[in-house]
Amino acid sequence: MIPAAGADMAAEAVPLDAPPVRATSLLRRSLRLWRTRIGIALVGLLVLIAIVGPFIAPHGSSAFVAAPFSPPGKGAVFGTDHLGQDVLSRLLDGGRSILLMALIATAAGLIAGVVIGLVAAYARNALDDVLMRGMDVIMAFPQIMLALVAAAVVGPHPWVIIVAIALTTVPRIARVARGAALPVVERDFIACSEAMGVPRWRILFGDLLPNTLGPLMVEASLRMTYSIGVIAALAFLGLSTNPNDPNWGLMIQDNRTALAFQPWGAVMPIIAIALLTMGTGLIGDGIARTAAGIDRSRGAE
Amino acid sequence: MSTAEFAAARAEPTRAAVSVQDLRIELASTRTPVVSDISFEIGRGEILGLVGESGSGKTTVGLALLGHARRGLSIAGGSVLLGDRDILDLGDEELRRLRGALVSYVPQDPASSLNPALRVGIQLREVLEAHQADRNGQRASRGDHSERIAEMMREVALPDEREFLRRYPHELSGGQQQRIGLAMAFANRPRLIVLDEPTTGLDVTTQAHVLETVRQLAKLHDVAALYVSHDLAVVAALADRVAVMYAGRLVELGTAETLFTSAGHPYTRRLIGAIPRLTGGRSLLGIPGRAASPGRRPPGCSFAPRCSMRIEQCDQEVPALRPVGPDHLVRCIRAEEVLTKEQRRIGDPIEMPAAGDLAAVRLDSVVALYGRHEVVHSVSFSLAAHECLALVGESGSGKTTIARAIAGLHHNWTGKITLGDLPLHTSARRRDADTRRRIQYIFQNPYGSLNPRRTVGEIIGQPLRVFGTASGRDADRRVAEMLERVSLTASYAARYPDQLSGGERQRVAIARALVCDPAVLICDEVTSALDVSVQAAIVELLGNLQRDLGLSMLFITHNLPLVRSIAQRVAVLHDGVVTEVGETAQVLGSPAEPYTRQLIADTPSLETAIAEVGIAEPPTPATSPG
Repeated sequence: MIPAAGADMAAEAVPLDAPPVRATSLLRRSLRLWRTRIGIALVGLLVLIAIVGPFIAPHGSSAFVAAPFSPPGKGAVFGTDHLGQDVLSRLLDGGRSILLMALIATAAGLIAGVVIGLVAAYARNALDDVLMRGMDVIMAFPQIMLALVAAAVVGPHPWVIIVAIALTTVPRIARVARGAALPVVERDFIACSEAMGVPRWRILFGDLLPNTLGPLMVEASLRMTYSIGVIAALAFLGLSTNPNDPNWGLMIQDNRTALAFQPWGAVMPIIAIALLTMGTGLIGDGIARTAAGIDRSRGAE
Repeated sequence: MSTAEFAAARAEPTRAAVSVQDLRIELASTRTPVVSDISFEIGRGEILGLVGESGSGKTTVGLALLGHARRGLSIAGGSVLLGDRDILDLGDEELRRLRGALVSYVPQDPASSLNPALRVGIQLREVLEAHQADRNGQRASRGDHSERIAEMMREVALPDEREFLRRYPHELSGGQQQRIGLAMAFANRPRLIVLDEPTTGLDVTTQAHVLETVRQLAKLHDVAALYVSHDLAVVAALADRVAVMYAGRLVELGTAETLFTSAGHPYTRRLIGAIPRLTGGRSLLGIPGRAASPGRRPPGCSFAPRCSMRIEQCDQEVPALRPVGPDHLVRCIRAEEVLTKEQRRIGDPIEMPAAGDLAAVRLDSVVALYGRHEVVHSVSFSLAAHECLALVGESGSGKTTIARAIAGLHHNWTGKITLGDLPLHTSARRRDADTRRRIQYIFQNPYGSLNPRRTVGEIIGQPLRVFGTASGRDADRRVAEMLERVSLTASYAARYPDQLSGGERQRVAIARALVCDPAVLICDEVTSALDVSVQAAIVELLGNLQRDLGLSMLFITHNLPLVRSIAQRVAVLHDGVVTEVGETAQVLGSPAEPYTRQLIADTPSLETAIAEVGIAEPPTPATSPG
């Protein structure tokens, strides 16, 4: 056929040293932005706290240290909570479950969403419609409602919350994966693999997936942010796994009554959650900006 | 305007419609020059062709004539004089008023330049109204415009009925859209018009009509036109004078006749040598190396690193653009020596090997459909063993559909395709591995056919892995071997596709097709996204490979002259029907079918252009439906 205008423009643009875009280089390039660096520092700090916190905590997480709602003082740097337990120790101990649950839920949602999105984009037939309409149905449920109902019906087990959050993450990831994969499916290297008879799963994960990583990374970090928020919110609403285990969301709920005279019990976990979600959000934003920046500079050429 | 008249016009500087002096354009961020030392004039009613390959800066210069710099670029110096006004000194509001009225622009892609939500009549009226208001301070009556619009439509050979003007852009063909673009550009009788490859996406027949319209309108209204193009054959057919750009500088400027018969710059000569000719199957000569990108250009002559006549002085300073004859400027210190050489000798006649008797691929009453729409109607032909058969046709003729059906990529067809004696299944997936290995496909666009996330080594090694031919060290060795075979080096294996030029990418795609030792190679418009010099090199490579390896090759193209340089036989496809099959020389030399004859007549080629510079007759509007 006649050369497409697009092809010709690509031919015009490329000789001017277009920056290569690969997943690894996208991450590395995004590190040039301060927002990504700050994000990674924040997430790194809170992950570090979640991992080593229990070992450096001055007291046991359920140990009675001083009278309930004692202000900061000797023995308790940030005072005590409603049961007289050390706020600092519970803070150091309370991040692990949130982070772990958010990570598992997001990862599970990411994997399922990517598979569904890529299959839908590659199939482009009735299967595509069935899959994506199914995703729309799930998306119709508000994330927190679904988690609340599941926790109320089955009980607030950690896996129930993880499944509920993963389930609501799937359609959002699937949409992004499908959207990013659609233009790639049209490209000739996919046809080339088909002509060679490369197995379908290999085309999906060898050819399609690597070319959709940019938008997926952005979406994954955004979903991680939301998952942390929802898990903390559920704990705040009393749907934490064990009322006795320390948990940032639960701490806010337990200590908010004393906000006027012993604010640390509620404020410290709030700061922790805020820093964590800000961190994941900034990382996602940095990657998104880097990807957009690459697109922009290509456009200018 | 003839050369003599133009020479007279030049002697009187006031008569030049536009005069560009020392234009310099830089990357805004690093102040790296992208385009520099550009000086030329265009007389009234004259068409200046500005030719150059990708990245030469020709479009950048074209836009600068409108006072525009693309994002990331800035016009750093020089002047563009339109009469006594310098366009580069004007403010935004003055420029806005100027554009469309005194200077206008016809972009490459007509579809994207028309508003898809407005009827074309309204868009034409807008152009008139916008500038009428500027001129008179008031709007002219509607009736006036209707008459003017009808006149404009007649000028570009489009129907001027009300029904036609009520159409939306998507209801027009590509040629009609581009005619609307031309009508809008000429609407306010501008002094200067910049055309940026306006026929690139069009079929040859449509292109021929559009080119005639451009020529006719420019002469009729005394408009100075700058025709920016990568296609020398088109420029040769259209332009009075030609400016050749290389790496951001003009390297040669002269009348079309001078340039195409006795060019004074080695680059121009190589470029002309790379153009496929309609007469005589000569091998095409590519230009080795690639043009340096801005910021990496050598201190001396930019072409020196690729030039066969390079001497020490070439590297010392940028040569001046100096006159070497009447109205002929060349930027080369050895221009006189170049001029003494015979230009005519380009490429050696190709010895085409005789085709085998056995059919490698045979199509028997193949009918292909898109949905319910039949695009290929009962096509039968065969590709003999060890021959190169060119399948030519305009866009929409079904040539790519046939190619994809053979490769098993287009599934919706009936009939029979056999590979040797083996009937082929419609889908590549249902064919056995050896069948898939024996038919290899090279795609049109090398920017889409290579996975950007894989290294060249992985891409070329993929077929080896898929077909289980070789693995580990053995595979690496085969990949290196293939890279050498397509004139790249083994070090390319570690690179990613986006680190390669278009020509290099297409070589990688060829290596990927050859690595598994195929019997049949399908080349689908493999050079249409490439520059002429690169195209020549790729065709040379494919021709050599086909002859050396005894491949059976189906070469699909819309470019008729190219066929002469590669194919033994040619099949002409028209609206899904094969109208003519035969020896290349016979089909192109003395075509039996009227359609083939028309196609050849409309194909811009250097021979016809040189013979008829400036004497082409304007077409009668009735015969050009666009």
